[in-house]
Amino acid sequence: MLRFVIRRLALLVPVLLGLLVLLFGWLRALPGDPARAMLGQRATPDAIARVNAQYGFDKPLLEQFFTYIGQLLQGNFGASTRTGEPVLDSFLLRFPATVELALAALLFAVAIGIPLGYYAARHAGGIIDTMAVSGSLLGVSIPVFFLAYLLKLVFSVGIGPLEFLAVLPTSGRQDVTIDATHLTNFYVLDGLLTREWDAAWDAVVHLVLPGIALGTIPLAIITRITRASVLEVLHEDYVRTAEAKGLTRSLIRRRHVLRNALLPVVTTIGLQAGLLFSGAVLTESVFAINGIGSYLFLAIGQLDYAVLQGYILFIAVGYALINMLVDLSYGLIDPRVRVS
Amino acid sequence: MTTIPPAQSGPSELGGGGALAAVLDRVERDEERGVSLWRGAFRRLRRNPSAIIGAAIMLAFVLVAVLAPLIAGYEPGRPIPSSGITPSSVPGPSPEHPWGLDSTGADLLTQIVFGARQSLVIGVISTAIGFVAGAALGLLAGGIGGTVDMLVMRVVDIMLSIPSLLLAVSVAAVLGQSRTSVMIAIGVAQVPIFARLLRGSLLQQRAADYVLASFSIGLRRRTVVMSHMLPNALGPIIVQATLTLATAIIEVAALSYLGLGDPNPSVAEWGRMLVKAQPRLDSDPHLALLPGTAIAVTAFGFTLFGEALREALDPKFRR
Repeated sequence: MLRFVIRRLALLVPVLLGLLVLLFGWLRALPGDPARAMLGQRATPDAIARVNAQYGFDKPLLEQFFTYIGQLLQGNFGASTRTGEPVLDSFLLRFPATVELALAALLFAVAIGIPLGYYAARHAGGIIDTMAVSGSLLGVSIPVFFLAYLLKLVFSVGIGPLEFLAVLPTSGRQDVTIDATHLTNFYVLDGLLTREWDAAWDAVVHLVLPGIALGTIPLAIITRITRASVLEVLHEDYVRTAEAKGLTRSLIRRRHVLRNALLPVVTTIGLQAGLLFSGAVLTESVFAINGIGSYLFLAIGQLDYAVLQGYILFIAVGYALINMLVDLSYGLIDPRVRVS
Repeated sequence: MTTIPPAQSGPSELGGGGALAAVLDRVERDEERGVSLWRGAFRRLRRNPSAIIGAAIMLAFVLVAVLAPLIAGYEPGRPIPSSGITPSSVPGPSPEHPWGLDSTGADLLTQIVFGARQSLVIGVISTAIGFVAGAALGLLAGGIGGTVDMLVMRVVDIMLSIPSLLLAVSVAAVLGQSRTSVMIAIGVAQVPIFARLLRGSLLQQRAADYVLASFSIGLRRRTVVMSHMLPNALGPIIVQATLTLATAIIEVAALSYLGLGDPNPSVAEWGRMLVKAQPRLDSDPHLALLPGTAIAVTAFGFTLFGEALREALDPKFRR
């Protein structure tokens, strides 16, 4: 298994290098330049030249590329031209917000999606099944930010007679009046570590609406995949055999059905997790959460080379790691596909 | 259209010439003759209530988009003079404006109806871009195979790893912010999906006996790929095109939300209406609810139909 992990990580190097070359060329081929974006339209040529010299943008492209690779190898991701801050620092500040949001969304999607998909398959054609299927199609049809509006409208702004439902905060990650200590910038974790229970709880409450808004599409997808997968397994001969042997229902459900039906579900969860961890610019902006989605968005607008390069590298590594975890989990779920 | 070759249904071995046997024989032959893939799919679609609901929504959407000038009483994007809009409220329904006015002072019904037109145009053209370019790449990869396949698929992989947001901003930066940029950005992001799907189903066809048979009677590769394999492999990407129309309609709104949409104020667009409604969410939620519902219902219709079509074309669900 260790060999599998090492080989997968080694394969990542050429992919990342290729991605960087492409991105490096791509960003610099775009019209506009970071110095102008930084200094504004009325910047003097002199000032632009100064900024370009400061960040090394006046050097030949090849030299810039190798300087960047050299920096990377020392763990230096460069500095943002927009804020002047080191890219890595801003990332460590913002990534926890994205992780918390993504985990909230995943929890919502998995905790409801798998049982619902299972139940729908078990009672295929029934009323719950019909509702689950059409609900999941509707779930992928609602624009995320519109759903976020609706949730905000009902559960935090309040409408007419349903005013009593408006109990959740509108935006942000924590109430500003709470004086919380932040060790890791994972607000929930921080609250638990420092035993500031009210701070932890407040952070959890702030995650509810964004988590639901962001988790709805994954929920819809996971429900459908689970349903389809369970439906297929239910018709297998070994399930009938197990029933004929007189095994209890819960045993058949756990050992025979769920376990065999879980492989495609896990793949889907992995794909969704990758998407969620790469940031959710729409949800982040509706709920004013400073995650990496909105960071990327700001960086694109300003052609912030170092930030964009750092982000894409980071996401590519993240995807590769998640894919590896998914592949490893196959072996746990189904002994027949143990990785060699 | 492709037909499934009729099975051998020679004279009944059991003999017996009774009327019953004749009827049975005929029923059997009907079943065995098989129907064309698409005709069979159409039959199954007609029996599927969700396909009918989806098709009805799609039809209504297209009708509204095409007949927009007849349904709407005003020109889109043009504020009604002396409309009485204040920062805290917009005029509600009145005989002249059945749905009231929106935050820019334009007739809300007109904006929604013309918004359908914009969604239809962007949806169809961007889907066509993704479909044509993706299908071309997929055909190259799956039809020729070997090194070409390997090269094309690596390009597709790289395309998949580029954030669609970066793509959208890049297109807008090069071509300027316009409806064309929006269509290209959405369409190009779909190319790798179509390419992979078509390649996958071509590979599946390649293993089929009829392909081997065509090659062994000496047909050229081009003939086999274009007139035998391709028609049989089109199902998945046609389904995908229906689903992409739904995605495209949602994406247009998302791009507008991020300030990357079509900036032309005289064109009504559902996403931009949603964005403009945000500051008035407390006082006039209907300004957001109407365009939001329009997007969701339209996308739902296309998704519903696309999924039903997928089921209808799936050999597992046949009969």
